[in-house]
Amino acid sequence: MQPADYQLIILGGGPAGLTAGLYAARNKLRCLLVEKGAQGGQVLTTDWVDNYPGFIEGTTGFELVEKMSAHAARFDLQTMFAHVTSFDLKGEIKILQLENGEKLTAQSVIICAGGSPGKLYIPGEEVFTGKGVSYCATCDGPFYKEQDIAVVGGGNTAIQEAIHLTKFARKVTVIHRRKELRATRIVQDKAFANDKIDFIFDAEVTEIKGGENGVEQLILSHKNGTGSTLEVSGIFILIGVVPNTEMLPMDDLEKDEYGFIITDTEMKTNLPGVFAAGDIRSKNFRQIINAAGEGATAELSAEHYLANL
Amino acid sequence: MASDKVMHISDDEFDSKILQGDLPCLIDFWAPWCGPCKAIGPMIDELAEEYDGKIRIAKMNVDDNPATPGKYGIRAIPTLILFKDGEKVDQITGAVGKPQLTELINKVV
Repeated sequence: MQPADYQLIILGGGPAGLTAGLYAARNKLRCLLVEKGAQGGQVLTTDWVDNYPGFIEGTTGFELVEKMSAHAARFDLQTMFAHVTSFDLKGEIKILQLENGEKLTAQSVIICAGGSPGKLYIPGEEVFTGKGVSYCATCDGPFYKEQDIAVVGGGNTAIQEAIHLTKFARKVTVIHRRKELRATRIVQDKAFANDKIDFIFDAEVTEIKGGENGVEQLILSHKNGTGSTLEVSGIFILIGVVPNTEMLPMDDLEKDEYGFIITDTEMKTNLPGVFAAGDIRSKNFRQIINAAGEGATAELSAEHYLANL
Repeated sequence: MASDKVMHISDDEFDSKILQGDLPCLIDFWAPWCGPCKAIGPMIDELAEEYDGKIRIAKMNVDDNPATPGKYGIRAIPTLILFKDGEKVDQITGAVGKPQLTELINKVV
């Protein structure tokens, strides 16, 4: 067997990566977790996590990942902040090229690079990002005290964050392209009971307009063919995730029509020794608990792979 | 470890310490309720140590100090603004990685 720096490299430090790292470090693998930005991933942008088992009263997204990170650190998980610019994952030795010129090699890799908030790709969205267009209610909500704002989306994240935003805003208008929300019943009921939240169904935002001070108005297109405008100073776009695959060798990896990596139930990708876990995987449900569970499965699969080399 | 090289500044100190300071300055606008802000904290501390003497790294709590964020139109955090000779040079919004922050700092160092 050829020598490699590590038995396992984990890419990404959200719940999937941190759980895989916890397992690998506890099982004494020569393992490295590589994270490009801040550890935690998208959970950091979650205001409140109410359904992670064991946290009876609920917890903040930040506290949850801080605990996961500390848990992995207890077993001395080695981590590195670095940006990987290219990968060669096809051979027996996996090669990761870093931005600083350094090269890392490993016998196996778990990809937990996660997802990023989906964008609408409409006029005004990019120029007003940070000036009224936001993808993180937890981060930016308090800047909209006593103002009128909009939330785009109908899933759990959108509706839960719309409820959170009512702590600050005067009025929150949820704009959803279908006639019914996708969010879980308990979340929907809370939102419908909140008199600060208005709903516009069967409508899409087609343009974001504003001036020097940021967003002022949204242009809406309704399913019945009519158009309208909505005066808001902020728009929170919470329409789901896109996979963080920019730097990954997606020509070599099997993926679904939306670009998410396809694995089997043991988290194996089509490449031997390469596994994927968390939001970057092709699947129906993206929850913190299943990202963590998949991280554990991926690590155990990697160990099984290493033992049979 | 929190670095003692990171300066915590208020609205009142902004003009004297940042705009009229002797060094270029990177200010991290943050708040205790912002997870991504807290997550980039260790990176800000590392940068303060690495660039000690070349650039001043400062933090401003936007809850306690509304005037400065208002003046610079900040409506999202974390936002990091780079100042040199009393002028805003550039800014980044969001929890970016260390390479992007280094790239930003290298514009004035």
